[in-house]
Amino acid sequence: MDEFVATFFNLEVVRAASPILLQGLWVTVQLIVVAVPLGLLGGVILALLSTIRSRWVRWPLIAWVDFFRAFPPLVLLMFLYAGLPFAGIELGAFGAVAIGFFLNTSSYYGEIFRAGIESIPRGQMEAARSTGLTAVQAMTWVILPQAVRNVLPDLVSNTLEVVKLTSIASVVALPELLYQARQAQSVTYNPSPIVAAAVIYFLLLWPAVRLLSRLEHRAVARR
Amino acid sequence: MTNWEQFLFTFFNAKVMAAYLPKIIDGFFLTVWLALLIVLSGLALGLLLAVVRSFRIRPVNWLIVFLVDLFRALPPLVIIVLIYFGLPSVGLAPSGFVSTWLSLTFVLAAFAEEIFWAGILAVPKGQWEAARSTGMGFAQTLGWVVLPQAVRLTIPPLTNRTIAITKGTALGSVVAVAEILSQASAGVSFSSNPSPLTLGAIAYLVLFVPVVAFGRWVETRFAWKR
Repeated sequence: MDEFVATFFNLEVVRAASPILLQGLWVTVQLIVVAVPLGLLGGVILALLSTIRSRWVRWPLIAWVDFFRAFPPLVLLMFLYAGLPFAGIELGAFGAVAIGFFLNTSSYYGEIFRAGIESIPRGQMEAARSTGLTAVQAMTWVILPQAVRNVLPDLVSNTLEVVKLTSIASVVALPELLYQARQAQSVTYNPSPIVAAAVIYFLLLWPAVRLLSRLEHRAVARR
Repeated sequence: MTNWEQFLFTFFNAKVMAAYLPKIIDGFFLTVWLALLIVLSGLALGLLLAVVRSFRIRPVNWLIVFLVDLFRALPPLVIIVLIYFGLPSVGLAPSGFVSTWLSLTFVLAAFAEEIFWAGILAVPKGQWEAARSTGMGFAQTLGWVVLPQAVRLTIPPLTNRTIAITKGTALGSVVAVAEILSQASAGVSFSSNPSPLTLGAIAYLVLFVPVVAFGRWVETRFAWKR
């Protein structure tokens, strides 16, 4: 038991590693702050485009969204980071992560917002337009707020997935939390820094998981 | 060479592609195998946990809820790295394949348990009472009356979640599982040409576009039957 504790919960090692773990956490936070708003914005744009009824918009849009949903994000990231430089395009680790996340997460957010918009009866738009609101005003002030409320659990759930996904940035040597933990582990020959990183992720995301679990139960119970 | 030819030579180099196609195909089948294992064991474990939870034994349920929360909150890559790089310190040395399989099984089981449990709760109480009053036992009621209805409810969310998690097999490349992505990356560094990565990308699309389309179909197929 003592050996187990000394191996996985070695406080001395964690204390020594804590400065670089904190640096890693800070980079993770920066990644979240960039990736989540960009993904949300891209998702709203995709969802708005999907309200256009023309099949010249609809089919390419479905193809685009399914393409990026079918692609494992790590594969996309590797393509941007390790493939594009052969074409003379050097994005760097942060650029590759930002663009890869944008392409991947906006497709997921887009599907969620689309479902939300489709859940609002057509009559709402007609009523809003008949009061003199323009189509853009009606979308912004009438449809979207209700749509967001209807798909809130899915939005929270997807955001949680995006936050967890930032850990794959470690593969392209972006010094975020997991990357720093692995560095510390390889220097100290002790896995405690990785356990510490796991504990940090858990403490950071547990409240979101609890909230989500409640929202989901309520959603299923309503059916 | 024109720009276009340059582009084709770089990303769609027929010679390089032909050389690495067998490796990518090996990776493809390993990915399929790994994904199937994860889906089977993850869903089975998730269902088992949900059934155990329906017995409502307090301390057991607290443990289940904690484990489920844990594996929903931790990034899958962190779990894989922890198992692969951590366990050798205590004398266990799971291969990259086993580490990835176990990690993604736990993650899928956690999500599946939540979804199955929500489905079980969604079956009205009257169904329980009616079944029990006909003389069925608790286990019979659960197995023959409640679960069949609960599982139907859970099909759309479960399908999408399962697809999302099986795409995580690409994470195995980090711990030296010879699946599509790691075969492709190795090919890129041997040939100094990104064409193997293009090939790998195509392999993923061949594998997952039908799966995503299937998920879309399941969602609409079951949506109006609520």
